[in-house]
Amino acid sequence: MATTKLGFIVQRPGYKSENPKLALTHAIASQSVEIYLDDDDEVLCDVAFIGEGVLNCIKDQKALDNYQFNSTESHVKMALLCDLNVLVCKEDLEKFGMSESDIVLNAEEMGGDMDVKVVPYEEITKMMEEVNHLLFF
Amino acid sequence: MGKLTIGCFASLVGSTNLDFAVKLAGAALDKGHKVDLWVSGNGTMLSLEKQRAFKDYSYLEKPVKELMEKGLNVTACEACAEARGYHDDNTLEGVKRFSMDWYLGSTFDADRVLHIGGE
Repeated sequence: MATTKLGFIVQRPGYKSENPKLALTHAIASQSVEIYLDDDDEVLCDVAFIGEGVLNCIKDQKALDNYQFNSTESHVKMALLCDLNVLVCKEDLEKFGMSESDIVLNAEEMGGDMDVKVVPYEEITKMMEEVNHLLFF
Repeated sequence: MGKLTIGCFASLVGSTNLDFAVKLAGAALDKGHKVDLWVSGNGTMLSLEKQRAFKDYSYLEKPVKELMEKGLNVTACEACAEARGYHDDNTLEGVKRFSMDWYLGSTFDADRVLHIGGE
């Protein structure tokens, strides 16, 4: 059994470009990657929001109302439903005058058990050191 | 020899990131490495056939065809392509179309992954 770990680092704000949503959809795709792998092999994905990327996690996004497509918030929740490790940089959140109460923290209403983890940048650095490959969005 | 997986999300026209990705793929192939090139988001524009060469725009159909003959594996994100009106019937011959898990599968045994995000 072998495991490859990928770190998805989201550093751009949502809606200005497609990048943050693509980061999440690609990370979520780890749920079906086994069709390309041998038995027991796996690809695990962690997602970290840093810099302006933390703005993707603002709660109560109205993308469906305004653009008629799914919000980045809903993709964050989907990532949690898929048990992905989702990290948000605490220092960058504070730079925007935001706190945990401003962002999506869980997907409880959809039956999710995982929580978004607001962590110091040091912890995100540690995650980046532990993965096999980093993908910056 | 190793395996390089390149993911490129930048468009064919409007940036030279795809040009770089294709040139890098060619250099790696020439050195005997295996190369997977995944295009997603606006990068799926690379998968379109009948690109027309102008001196003012990037033109990658010919070099990509030549590299595929040398073994370059090019796969486009099917959903990203379909959302842009790029369908099977206007896809460059030899370019595959799969869902995003293909990219993750390619990274599994890659020695290096170079991810070039979109604009």
